[in-house]
Amino acid sequence: MVPITTFHYLVVAAALFVMGVIGVLTRRNLVVILMSIELILNAVNLNLVAFSRMWGNLHGQVFSIFITVDAAAEAAAGLGILIAFFRNRETVNVDEIDLLKW
Amino acid sequence: MNSALNSGINATNANMAPVGTPYFFYGLAALALVSAFLVITRRNVVHSALALIVTLLSVAGLYLMLYAPFVAGVQIIVYAGGVMVLFLFVIMLVNIERSYKERRFSGLLPVGLVAGCALFGLFLFALTKGRSLFPDRMMLLPESSNTQQIAGMLYGDAGKMGQYTFAFEIASLLLLVAILAAVIMTKRRA
Amino acid sequence: MPDFITSYLGSILTPGEAGNQFWALVYVFIIFAGVSVAVMSMNWLERKALAHFQIRLGPMRTGPHGLLQPIADAIKLLLKEDLIPAGADRFVFWVAPLIGLLAAFAVYTVIPFGPSQAVSDMNIGILFMLGVSSLGVLGVVVAGWASNSNYPLIGALRSSAQMVSYEVAMGLAVVSAILMTSLNETGTGTLSMIGIVRAQQEQGVWFIFKFFPLGLIAFIIFAVAMVAETNRAPFDMAEAESELTAGYHTEYSGLRWSLFMLAEYAAMISVSSIAVTLWLGGWMRPFPRLLHAPAWDLVFSLFPGLTFLGLASIALVGVVRMPRHAFFKVQKIGLAGFCAVLGFISLLLLLIAIAGRSNNNIASRLNESVGYIYWFLLKVAVFMYLFIWYRATWPRYRFDQLMRVGWKVLLPISLTVLVLTAIVGVLFS
Repeated sequence: MVPITTFHYLVVAAALFVMGVIGVLTRRNLVVILMSIELILNAVNLNLVAFSRMWGNLHGQVFSIFITVDAAAEAAAGLGILIAFFRNRETVNVDEIDLLKW
Repeated sequence: MNSALNSGINATNANMAPVGTPYFFYGLAALALVSAFLVITRRNVVHSALALIVTLLSVAGLYLMLYAPFVAGVQIIVYAGGVMVLFLFVIMLVNIERSYKERRFSGLLPVGLVAGCALFGLFLFALTKGRSLFPDRMMLLPESSNTQQIAGMLYGDAGKMGQYTFAFEIASLLLLVAILAAVIMTKRRA
Repeated sequence: MPDFITSYLGSILTPGEAGNQFWALVYVFIIFAGVSVAVMSMNWLERKALAHFQIRLGPMRTGPHGLLQPIADAIKLLLKEDLIPAGADRFVFWVAPLIGLLAAFAVYTVIPFGPSQAVSDMNIGILFMLGVSSLGVLGVVVAGWASNSNYPLIGALRSSAQMVSYEVAMGLAVVSAILMTSLNETGTGTLSMIGIVRAQQEQGVWFIFKFFPLGLIAFIIFAVAMVAETNRAPFDMAEAESELTAGYHTEYSGLRWSLFMLAEYAAMISVSSIAVTLWLGGWMRPFPRLLHAPAWDLVFSLFPGLTFLGLASIALVGVVRMPRHAFFKVQKIGLAGFCAVLGFISLLLLLIAIAGRSNNNIASRLNESVGYIYWFLLKVAVFMYLFIWYRATWPRYRFDQLMRVGWKVLLPISLTVLVLTAIVGVLFS
């Protein structure tokens, strides 16, 4: 069996990233889009931690913690927007977010 | 810490070779990818959220395989325990019965698929071409003091400011701003 | 292979650290069986204690003093029809109790019953425990949603809001205890559960008494938040029967319902273990420094045996007080048998305690292990009794009061305690 190297982790991370991108581009539900963004951020985290293992230092892990912080902030703000939007328009469909000001 | 004990741990770590590492890797990676696929294809949002939790947990498993236990713990406690509960809470708060009957994908579906596949192709091309940049070595990180070392980088060691202390403070500011944003946006206008 | 198994015996490490999968598995099975038995006996004890609080007798018919009631309950639940509501999301409905159960049981991998009596000693032990036990809320939320019914949905909403709120105060209280572990020569703290107890051992004080009253306040905050985390009275908003029928598990029946109960009680035991580990000295016996002489060691090592002797004598009193009537004959025999079993365990433990005084290596190790596990479980048992006591004493909170207490009282206090702990720690170390 092939030993697992950094390359394997990078491929997995790339696949996760691409799935997140496809989700953001194609889904209409705002909640799912936010979840796809979480997928993208996780792919980046996986990359960073894999590189951290490759170089044998912890900078990558520290950066991945920063990204986790960012993801939490993004989720809080994004869901806040979602609730505000739902209150005004009674929908969570991004195709219907087409007014500049309500 | 008891130094004699620590040396004992290190001595046993040497002959503690992980068992069946590739199998665990392939299992976790497959689980992560399959559930990520479910996240972006399920019609029902709660199913998507559950699939995302599985993805997050299997990525946490991958972190553990990369000798990053602290990041794995943060992943579980922040993502699976915090962010996903928030997601589920919001999903239940906004009644989404209507969206089940609507189309799942926007008109951008073909464009998105093509763009995604092209992006993946680009990634694979870059990774295989630049394979020499990623040496096939795996450094042995000191797992038993992982948390302490990360703390040293974030908060500083022995009175000195750490490398990332300033960035860490800014990150806390970002969180504060996010909390304020969430509160202000969800508050009902009087 | 036998070498692999025997080589671990006599090791001072946990099986996880020593990399011994066989003993890790054995420990997992022991803990699984132990927790299941503990949940069953807790079920009996709760019904009995609640009844006595309310001047009732509680279960009396199934076995002597209702001792077989948990088994009867289990059989009833297993035989009951397992309903799935018509509009329910079948898959999610099926998987929700399993999420809760998995989260409640996964936590036990890092609980230190003794310096080497744990499945594994993770570097991130307490972080892992908090993280995994917070996964339990997912089971509750998802169960409420999947039932496709209004009461469970409201229960799920309440539960998720409540858990997210109280987790913040809980986490801050835990951080202030972890901060105390760093008060040594090197200045590095630890997140490992065993390391936290070792830190208390080295500093010679349980963290509840450290920097009085800071440790005590942090402990009280944790003790309040853990009741809210496990959805127990007076914070059982998620299953408030006077408002929501049964809350998130209204639509559940039979086996699935019993899985929820199992998860709830297992979570109660695990959060109590966190409290014991962080603030009450984990496996340490009282006054390990002050009462240090070998004579005291002997006295304290007699405690496990004497406890079981006490239980056996209570059972004996029950046998003697049983009415002299043919109807009670079987019950009398049963209780006498129970008494005999308890007495036998007591005798065994006393023998171990006395043999532990000798120079025999195995006997003294065995004696030590029994002591560690006994003191840990005794402290946990006190918490389990407190859970019942709360339930019998306090009326249920209103939901807005609950949120107000969480955000406006517990959170500021825990932040203050955290900051003060840091300041005092810098000043006095």
